[in-house]
This record gives sequence, C-alpha cells and structure tokens, in this order.
Amino acid sequence: MNHTQSTNEYDVAVIGGGLLGSSIAWGLGRLGQRTCVLDEGDVTKRASRANFALVWVQSKGLGLPEYTGWTVRASETWSKLSDEIKAQTGIDVCHQRPGGFHLALSEKELEDRRLSLRRLHNQPGATDYKIEILDHDEVKKQLPHIGPDVVGGTYCPLDGHVNSLRYLRAIHSALKTSGVDYRPEHRVSTIEHRNGEFKISTEQGEIRAGKVVLAAGNANMTLAHMVGLKAPMSPTRGQILVTERTVPFLGFPLTTIRQTDEGTVMIGDSREEFIDDTVQNLPINAVMADRARRMFPLLNQLNIVRTWSGIRVMPKDGFPIYDQSETCPGAFVTCCHSGVTLAPNHAFDIAPMIAKGNLDLERVGAFSARRFDQIQVQSSGYY
Amino acid sequence: MFKRATNHQEPAVQITVDGLPVTARRGDTVSAAILTAGCVEPYRYTAVNGTPRAPYCMMGVCFDCLVTIDGIGNRQGCLIPVSDGMVITRQNGKREIES
Repeated sequence: MNHTQSTNEYDVAVIGGGLLGSSIAWGLGRLGQRTCVLDEGDVTKRASRANFALVWVQSKGLGLPEYTGWTVRASETWSKLSDEIKAQTGIDVCHQRPGGFHLALSEKELEDRRLSLRRLHNQPGATDYKIEILDHDEVKKQLPHIGPDVVGGTYCPLDGHVNSLRYLRAIHSALKTSGVDYRPEHRVSTIEHRNGEFKISTEQGEIRAGKVVLAAGNANMTLAHMVGLKAPMSPTRGQILVTERTVPFLGFPLTTIRQTDEGTVMIGDSREEFIDDTVQNLPINAVMADRARRMFPLLNQLNIVRTWSGIRVMPKDGFPIYDQSETCPGAFVTCCHSGVTLAPNHAFDIAPMIAKGNLDLERVGAFSARRFDQIQVQSSGYY
Repeated sequence: MFKRATNHQEPAVQITVDGLPVTARRGDTVSAAILTAGCVEPYRYTAVNGTPRAPYCMMGVCFDCLVTIDGIGNRQGCLIPVSDGMVITRQNGKREIES
C-alpha cells in the first residue's frame, strides 16, 4: 500500500497505540485495510509499558465462562502471533508456554484458591484448562528452589509469558512494514459521525475514516459516548519490583513472580484503587518483596534495581468489552485488562470482524457492554 | 596495559581476584586494582549477550565495571575502595545465586 502520512483519510482509524490498539491495527493492515493508529505521546500513561507480561489462563473467567474460552484460545494462538511477528520484523518476543504456577503461603490461601477454582470450573459452559492442585512436595519437583513456607500451589499447563516490552516494539515495527500509519501526538478530542464517516479531531488536525476503533484503555470511558457506545472502567494501580539479572533459576512464570528471558526477576500483583502512577506505596513493595523471598529464599541475595507503579486498564467487572455502535455504524469499542494475553485474538479474530464491519456475536457477543445494563456481573478476579 | 604512576607511595592492600592474590594500594578502587593487576582476561562478560567489557567511565555512570565483592554481586567496582582481605570475583555473564 502506498498511502502516506499526508493522507488524512482511512478505512479504519484505531484510537490508541498500546498493546490492544496496535495488535488490532496490525491485524487490519494484514487484511489490506488502510489503517491509522492515533496515539498520544511518550508521556501518556501506558499500561503497555508497565505490565507484568504474563500470558495467563488459570483463574480467569469466574462470573463469565466465555472469558475462560476466549483466554484459552489466546494462549493457544500466541505462538502463531510471535512466529509471524518474528518473520516480519526479525524480533523474537520470547514467548514461552511452560505452564504457570500460583503459590500459597498458608493452608488458608491454598483452600481459598481451591474453592475459587472449583466455582470457576463448575460454571455452565466453562472451558476445562487442566489445572492441578499440588502440595509442597509436588510443587518442589518443578520449582526446586521454593522455601519451607510454601504450602502448595496450582499449576496450569496453558500459562506462559512473553517479553511484552519487546512485543510492543515489534508490533510497532510490524505496523510500519504493513503500511499502517502510526501517528503519535494525535490525542483525540472529539469524534463525529457524519454522512457515513467519522471525523476525528486531534491535536494535529482532522482525520477521517470509514470506521473507528476505540482502543484507548481507560480513556475509552470518555470517548465511547461520542459514538453511541459505553465503556465503564474502574482502573486500579499495580506496583512491580525488578531485581538485577541473575542466572536462570525459575523455569515457570508465577502469578506474582517471573524471571524474564534476560534474567531479571519481576515481582508483582498489588492492586489499589488509588490511581496516581507518579508515586509508590512503599509498604506494599515491602509485602511483595517479603512474600517473594518466602516463596524463593534465594531471592534474598539479589538487589532490587527498579520499581514502578502503573495504572491497569480495567473494565468495571474485569472482563473484556468488545462492542459496536448501533447509532454510529462502523464504531467499535475494545477494552480489556489482559492486553498481553489476548493480543493474538485481537490481531486474528477481532481485526477481521472489524474489517468486515460487524462483530461476530456468536463468538464475542458475551463481551458486549450491554451486560452492564442488566444484572451486576461478579468480578473476575483477573489473576 | 596499565601502569602505576611512579610517585604512588600508598601502603599495600592484599585482596584476591578470582582466587588469586593481588597486591593493591590503599586508595585504589576495585576496578583500578583489577586493571593494574595485569589480568589478560576481559574484565567481565555482560549478562544478556555475554560480550566482553571493561570499565569505561570509572566514575559510577556506565555500570561496565560490575563485579562480585565479598559475595555480593553486581557491585560497581569503580566506586568501591579496596580493603584488606577483600574477595573479588569477576562476573562471567549473569550473576550467580546460591540455593
């Protein structure tokens, strides 16, 4: 495709250049849609740079069994995505799927986990994701460095992880070679639907497109109503600690600890309602570090070299939102907490639906924001 | 490769580098002591790609002087003065941890 940045007309304008928007835009570019990505600048809040980088299945879907199936599908398609991105850009995003653990540091934690997994499994239509509940000795066979405080844990063979910073870089590089226009510093102020097309006002002028995809994370909350959609969000703050690089000792990712392909150990999992990402709650860091070293006493020897807080993109009930506008045909909203895990579904499933102009409700109808009109859906507990 | 200035009159300090005894001078940084000991091996190998490196800035900025000192890894050798009996291990790639 030979359109240039001087053109301000596209088949599709994707608003948001994080993991979700970029994955959809890449999927659209692959199908020959003239696509642009309207992004903010480097200083914007970006969950895509703050996340923990798990490709995670276990425990997802309590309250919405379709979410389990959707997540399992992503876990099974991730290697196809990483292969295609590598072939196109030469960048290896280090996707691995050895399975993943969740460890318990008391009998009560293990019992709570067992109960919540049973409730998840007993839902009508739940996908079986082959989770195992293990005691200390069984965990130790796979994770030889666990400490005596580890009572047991759960293992799911579908879990994995990826180098998500490298994926963000790779997908942006792939956008370029696929002819998708990435337009940073294009913060969107208004979207109007007129004469069958969308007129999008940005800080650098007007963009026109036949279709528009909202993928702006928590900011979808304010954009959605401009095109007859809604996206109720309740962002939370998470904190992450990173150690210096060390020799590989952890062959599996955990919900709260993982060792990256480059050797650093990431420790995460906090959640607060307070959403200022310019400060950190140090007592929370202390608890996270303490739990991590009880799980793996050898972590005591390592220095923490970095910590940060980030704001999660979080739909109000924890489940993804994929919806299309009835009043402004061609407008779509996409939000989810798990932009890393679900990336292949966004590229290979959602993008083709958007290219065709209609979401396939058989497959993603459960994720419509109309669910918020009805009964209160229970929170997913997103890990 | 490196030679001491001839007017260097500070007292000797005994350390070990990779198990070998090295005589440094009071006031030397760990990096200076390793470099002047005349080791032919590269100073270190990086943690991700395993490429050979040596201290570059010698003032705490570049982190290319990382070594293990008395069992604690990834310390900046250019900022830490030698002391008697100090045990220094150079890092060949990622830092080791013991279980």
